[in-house]
Amino acid sequence: MANALEYKDVAFSYGEGGFRMEHLNFSVAEGELVAVLGHNGSGKSTLARLANGLLTPDGGEISVFGTVLREKNLFDIRKQVGIVFQNPDSQAVASIVEDDVAFGAENVGLPRKEIGERIGYALRAVGMEEYRTATISRLSGGQKQRVAIAGVLALRPKIMILDEATAMLDPRGRREIAEVVKQLNEREGITVLLITHFMEEALLCSRAVVMNRGEIVMEDAPANIFRRGEELLTYQLALPRIGEIANRLRAGGMNVADALDVDTLAEEIAKCVS
Amino acid sequence: MLKDVSFGQYYPVRSFVHSLDPRLKILFLIGYIVAIFLAQELLALGICAAVLLFAILLARIPLGKVLRAVKGVLFLVLFTAAVNIFFHGGDKVYWDGPALLWEWKIFRVTQAGIMLSVFLVLRLFLLVIGSSLLTYTTTPVSLTDGIESLLTPLKWVRFPVHELALIMSIALRFIPILMDETERIMNAQKARGASLDSGGPAKRVKAIVPVLIPLLLSAFRRADELGDAMDARCYSGGKNRTKYKKLRFSWRDLLAFALLAALIAGIVVMYIFPVFPL
Repeated sequence: MANALEYKDVAFSYGEGGFRMEHLNFSVAEGELVAVLGHNGSGKSTLARLANGLLTPDGGEISVFGTVLREKNLFDIRKQVGIVFQNPDSQAVASIVEDDVAFGAENVGLPRKEIGERIGYALRAVGMEEYRTATISRLSGGQKQRVAIAGVLALRPKIMILDEATAMLDPRGRREIAEVVKQLNEREGITVLLITHFMEEALLCSRAVVMNRGEIVMEDAPANIFRRGEELLTYQLALPRIGEIANRLRAGGMNVADALDVDTLAEEIAKCVS
Repeated sequence: MLKDVSFGQYYPVRSFVHSLDPRLKILFLIGYIVAIFLAQELLALGICAAVLLFAILLARIPLGKVLRAVKGVLFLVLFTAAVNIFFHGGDKVYWDGPALLWEWKIFRVTQAGIMLSVFLVLRLFLLVIGSSLLTYTTTPVSLTDGIESLLTPLKWVRFPVHELALIMSIALRFIPILMDETERIMNAQKARGASLDSGGPAKRVKAIVPVLIPLLLSAFRRADELGDAMDARCYSGGKNRTKYKKLRFSWRDLLAFALLAALIAGIVVMYIFPVFPL
């Protein structure tokens, strides 16, 4: 079976002297939840924008469920690959929640009745159904991003890319989005590419890749990646403090499992001590 | 501070007028303005005023709020009225007594001048109150929808009606965001020691520059981001696009339309056959 998303030998650059990506090979299987980690300018957003034709590769090809992305099937690909961006304040087109969620569905020319149903479905999926007629500018950051996710969901995509969608949110907003992402993946079976520089979020995922200068430099289960703290530092990524403590404990001979929150680590330590 | 500026000053209550089709309300306002200027006698203007009062009561908007709309133009109206009273002249007699009531140097108060001023003041007040009733009872979004729908015939001459409506609705959507942003930048500049509200006019204008430039930059960046987000959601202009919200005429609209038709017909009849000719 074809991969949900496949980058084959992809090359891209923003012009002379700038960022370059060469021979990028990367694939995501259907139903996977993959984290893409990397510091600013590592090429992770470029990866997202290449996936639905917002950027065109200089070489190589990108395919979605086996269909190679071309100028002429751009529209069909965009229906399948949705992207949620970073800034909660510059993605909404309309002032009212339901009008904004309807935007994508209107663009592809769906009949009125179906648009209404899809708004209902999308808002339910992100837990915002009671905000259907609310004014977007009065919502919290996390709620705005959930509306943005709903706007993408209304197109019923098979793949959803979150391009640092939590970067501008407070911890609570980040938790809201993490919850929604997990549910989309588990319940709706949507393949998710979670691009982030918050290492904790990678723990939601079954697989994580680390990017640096347009290259994929690490690729493993998140727990394994977190064990290579020193290597991560060379890519300008710092482990969350708890992960670092866990690593040090291990180095000191205590066999704790991976933990990224205080409670789990405490339990692990308790287990080792008793 | 800036956040409190409510654009279009929509007054949110449920009422007959609020629930009317925005297209009808726009047409109603246009028709009403025509009627105001066709009204040539006090009785006709009185009827216009009565209809407006009726509409305000139906819209369940407090009278005080409606009258506040007049405050902005009060000076202009009174000034024009005063000029007319003192300089208009004319020999026409409207009631028993001399045509010329008072004269001093170049100032001449005549019956004709007073009548003209009364009409002017009444007309302008009705005009302003009528227009503000539209913005009080219609959300900016449905107002844009209404304008788009009314402009649809222009599509025949390839006028980009859909794009214009989208521009309007995006502009409305970004007003609160850019206001927030302005405030943030102003605070940031103040924190760096900029004094934005002291000094003479020239100094103040100069002080605005460091606020405007970052604001402009950020607006462009946002436009870029919004463009990407729209592209990602399959936007490709108005072609083959459907609309979720359809404007629909209901019996209420029919009723309101009948009222408007009756008003205009009545005013036109009175225009041709005056009841109390002046």
